[in-house]
Amino acid sequence: MAEKEVKLMKGNEVIAHAAIRYGCDGYFGYPITPQSEVMETLMELKPWETTGMVVLQAESEISSINMVYGGAATGKRVMTSSSSPGISLMAEGISYLAGAELPCLIINCQRGGPGLGTIQPSQGDYFQAVKGGGHGDYKLIVFAPNSVQEMHDHVAEAFDLAFKYRNPAMILADGAIGQMMEKVVLAPQRPRKTDEELKAECDAWAAMGKPAGRERNVVTSLELQSEKMEIINQRLQAKYKTLEENEVRFEAVECDDADYVIVAFGSSARICSATVEMARAEGLKVGLLRPITLYPFPTQQIAELAARGVKGFLSAELNAGQMVEDVRLAVGGKAPVEHYGRQGGMLFNPDEVLAALKDKLIKK
Amino acid sequence: MKETLIIAGFGGQGVLSMGKILAYSGVMQDFEVTWMPSYGPEMRGGTANVTVILSDRKISSPIAHEFDTAIILNQQSMEKFEPMVKPGGVLIYDTNGITRHPVREDISVFAIDATAECARLGQAKLFNTMILGGYLKVRPVVDMQNVMIGLKKSLPERAWKMLPDNEKAIIHGGEIIRKIR
Repeated sequence: MAEKEVKLMKGNEVIAHAAIRYGCDGYFGYPITPQSEVMETLMELKPWETTGMVVLQAESEISSINMVYGGAATGKRVMTSSSSPGISLMAEGISYLAGAELPCLIINCQRGGPGLGTIQPSQGDYFQAVKGGGHGDYKLIVFAPNSVQEMHDHVAEAFDLAFKYRNPAMILADGAIGQMMEKVVLAPQRPRKTDEELKAECDAWAAMGKPAGRERNVVTSLELQSEKMEIINQRLQAKYKTLEENEVRFEAVECDDADYVIVAFGSSARICSATVEMARAEGLKVGLLRPITLYPFPTQQIAELAARGVKGFLSAELNAGQMVEDVRLAVGGKAPVEHYGRQGGMLFNPDEVLAALKDKLIKK
Repeated sequence: MKETLIIAGFGGQGVLSMGKILAYSGVMQDFEVTWMPSYGPEMRGGTANVTVILSDRKISSPIAHEFDTAIILNQQSMEKFEPMVKPGGVLIYDTNGITRHPVREDISVFAIDATAECARLGQAKLFNTMILGGYLKVRPVVDMQNVMIGLKKSLPERAWKMLPDNEKAIIHGGEIIRKIR
């Protein structure tokens, strides 16, 4: 029997494989459950012996994110991964990366909070990921994978967008997707960018040695003149607007004729896709709108569903109600928008979501 | 074909690896598979469980609220998961340490004395593959040929010397499982 190139892997493990195969230059991290397998797998695979990728365990999350800043400032493809409390520690560095317009990849394999919280899955960091988390007016490009295959695919997609827009990108996963094993097809190995390629791509901004012919590139988020700082802010906002116009990714399941639409992302979207099957089996016209990018958010797609006459939206999240605010903004009062969630590391079952949908929307 | 299975017992019984062997066997048979473990402090001396789903179609939710089959390896898991077997489903349990046996009449119940059998053979490490063999006898969801490939693929190379004993344990598990009702 011919062996297929299909692997069975955890979401966290596949992040490591995908990063190496993408041609990532460096990973800097600090262990935390439930994402420690990312660095463990990288250490096991020893990419420094093959592609030359650096893998380094820093002394803390704060060091990790600042190593990412340093690597990114030279035009390299660098990344880190952590889980909720660790991402909070990185928040200052993430704001600096966004301010200095540095491309990089940050993985947040979320666990329940606040504080040290729990190590079980949660989606309580939605606000932190899409509304800032660090200080200042900035945005991250945020991907929400719902399968092990998407954990793999989003590494390349997020890196590509990060470089296209010179902006940090985040993969917002959670303990369920990180710990779950599924089939995955790995991408072919790509070579890391050569110095010449980096020069061609990033010479305009990266700190990689000053040639005689041009001014020094300065990588910083500091600008003490308010007039200039406002112009930088306006440039950032213009970039975010372009992102919102061009890079929204979503999946619509059975939405065309749906009377009610569940909006869910990541692991909860997987659970809710079973809710849709159960609802349809009962003759209820229920659909699922799954944002694949949480920022930029599929505002327009949700608005169109509301305009088309959807009778109600249920935002199903593993938190106390965060994305529901963005769904409400998109729906703009045209239909009721309710939230259903579990917290503290608890997952919901497909039938619980269906019961909530009936209770909060259909019965009314 | 869709089989939603929970394997539940103590940490250290090989619950998660049993699930992994089955999941890899499913991959070899071209099924879609999900393997969703309990993780964290539960694994250290407490209860451990894993939900494995094998299907010939795309798997929507990796989380289940009812199971086609439950493999139950300690009393706590009996309390928790016996009620979650679908009517007409299958419950398989090791009688060792079980003080309250399954009571449901609307499911098929099988017992396998794998703890005792492994003690008799002096081979405690074969416990989980023996249980797996019992399960596959009752629910032959994957061809035995693919199970053997799945077994090899889920073990690190340093453990491949254990393959023949584990293969025998899978076969033997099928011989010692018995129907209660």
